[in-house]
Amino acid sequence: MIHLKNIEKVYRTATVETVALNNINLSVEKGEFVSIMGPSGCGKSTLLNIIGLLDEPSKGKVEIGGKHTNGLPDSQLAQFRNQTLGFIFQSFHLINDLPVLDNVELPLLYRKVSSSERRRLASEALEKVGLSNRMKHYPNQLSGGQKQRVAIARAIVGQPQIILADEPTGNLDSNMGNEIMDILTTLNQRDKATIIMVTHDENMAKRTHRLIRLFDGSQVS
Amino acid sequence: MLLNYLKITLAVLQRRKFFTFISLFGISLTLTILVVATAFIDHLIAAGYPEINRDRSLYIWNLKQKDTKNQGQSSGPISFSFINTYVRSLKTPAKIAAVSMPSTINIYLNNHKMNVRYRYTDSNFWEVTSFDFLEGKNYTEQNIANNDYVVVINDYVRDEYVGKGQPAVGKMIEIDNVNYRIIGVVRGCPITRIHVSSDLYFPYNTSKADLKKVELRGNFAAIILPNTPSDIPKIQTEFDVVASKIKLTDMGDKWFRPDKLYVSADSYITSFTRQFKGDGENDGVGYFFTIMLGIALLFMSLPAINLVNINMSRIMERASEIGIRKAFGASSKTLVMQFVIENIILTLIGGVIAVFLSLGVIYYLNNSNLIAYIDLSFNWKVFSIAIFVSLLFGLLSGVYPAWRMSKLQVVEALKN
Repeated sequence: MIHLKNIEKVYRTATVETVALNNINLSVEKGEFVSIMGPSGCGKSTLLNIIGLLDEPSKGKVEIGGKHTNGLPDSQLAQFRNQTLGFIFQSFHLINDLPVLDNVELPLLYRKVSSSERRRLASEALEKVGLSNRMKHYPNQLSGGQKQRVAIARAIVGQPQIILADEPTGNLDSNMGNEIMDILTTLNQRDKATIIMVTHDENMAKRTHRLIRLFDGSQVS
Repeated sequence: MLLNYLKITLAVLQRRKFFTFISLFGISLTLTILVVATAFIDHLIAAGYPEINRDRSLYIWNLKQKDTKNQGQSSGPISFSFINTYVRSLKTPAKIAAVSMPSTINIYLNNHKMNVRYRYTDSNFWEVTSFDFLEGKNYTEQNIANNDYVVVINDYVRDEYVGKGQPAVGKMIEIDNVNYRIIGVVRGCPITRIHVSSDLYFPYNTSKADLKKVELRGNFAAIILPNTPSDIPKIQTEFDVVASKIKLTDMGDKWFRPDKLYVSADSYITSFTRQFKGDGENDGVGYFFTIMLGIALLFMSLPAINLVNINMSRIMERASEIGIRKAFGASSKTLVMQFVIENIILTLIGGVIAVFLSLGVIYYLNNSNLIAYIDLSFNWKVFSIAIFVSLLFGLLSGVYPAWRMSKLQVVEALKN
């Protein structure tokens, strides 16, 4: 499903060169639930961003669903992200000016989906995460856990094959964190979604199929 | 998607009230000033009461004499005798009217002083114009032949001198120690009808000046009404031939001896624009409208620059939103579209405000008596052009910031 070959990411300034990722080789199969762990600054999020086509590697090849993504033009990258990937961020990244339902609809806006169909699919996604009673609320009217559930609904509304979660429980207490993990586990088991999750929490990582550890930009296990 | 854009636009506008106010203020004020200014220019140029034939009339009023040897020149209105000798000799026109430049005089009523404007005209003046006579009638050739001391007054003088709504025809009015019989009362017209507005109209026979004196320059203008608009070029050519034959010998004095003369029969606007440039060889209309268009475009670019500025300052604020949209499938092109549409919505809201503001200002000007009798009207055509240009500027002012925004790296944008 996902194949990374010799991935390197180097940040260069006039005087400093920082290696964020060094020779990463990684394959994730369809339906897998993989977690990535490592100390802060080891390149976990950078790796997830490269898998999610939000960032480009300095070297190496990224292949997702049999498609080489290196050098794809902006419009194709956008379409690929829209059709194949769903993101969940640690800080939720909801648009505060839009109500919950419109936030969830967002990925469908960039597809040819009618307004009524968008509403229906977004409502269904919110039902899946138990927030159908908060559709008209604005993000700043919700708790952290509720915001993350909205973010999950947004990630799954377009039924992407791959969900990328960057510390989805990082800003939540343990109860809320477990609730979110339950939802992700259900998505993986019931809907067969491929999930890659960055986390700092060993307990959360234990609930996934496989754990990848990074240290100083290199894969150590 | 448009509904989503509209929602986000309204939300952004509500969230940044001050910036919204500044943007809308800039757009609506610019459009309002432009529409009111154009209404005023339209009022100055276009045909209107009582010059309803203005757009098919020709005007001769300015004459320029040049002494190329001594490098001197002199210009000003033509004389009454010039009209009689050179203009009335034209064969093509239907009517030729003579009207003097306006002067002011004081008239007294019960120790109350009224400063009024007056003109001398011939009887044709009443035929090339279309004054509404509230009472009585105009003077005729017969009155002039009889050397009658009669006067046509406007409703302002009637209301002040005789009494509001009181009959005035037949009453005597003393002006400059001479008694005149009021022969007619017309509905007044604004001072902006430069060649015809006045409070009092006298037949030229009552003028104390020697109108028979042979001279080129004087204090008069000629208004020429053709039989059909298609006669206009013929009349112009005919007058050019007549003017080219005017002898300049024996004119002037030892200090100023003109050897060149410039005078032409022009449309209303050209009779002014011709004075702008050179010796009047060029009609100056293109020059005039180019300057006006330049000023308008320059003026309209102000809110556009303001919008670019505001949009640029919003880049960082909205970076996160851009990152989110990109992450979920928005291409740079789609984002540019979104921000441009937001700008267009903002401009349209400004346009709607401008319509109401313009209507208010025009209503105020028409009713405030700031300029008596002024009758400005809201010009939808001008407004449409203005809103189109504003939208164009809205588009342009949105594209650059939007393009900058859309080029933000998703990861960088999300970090905000």
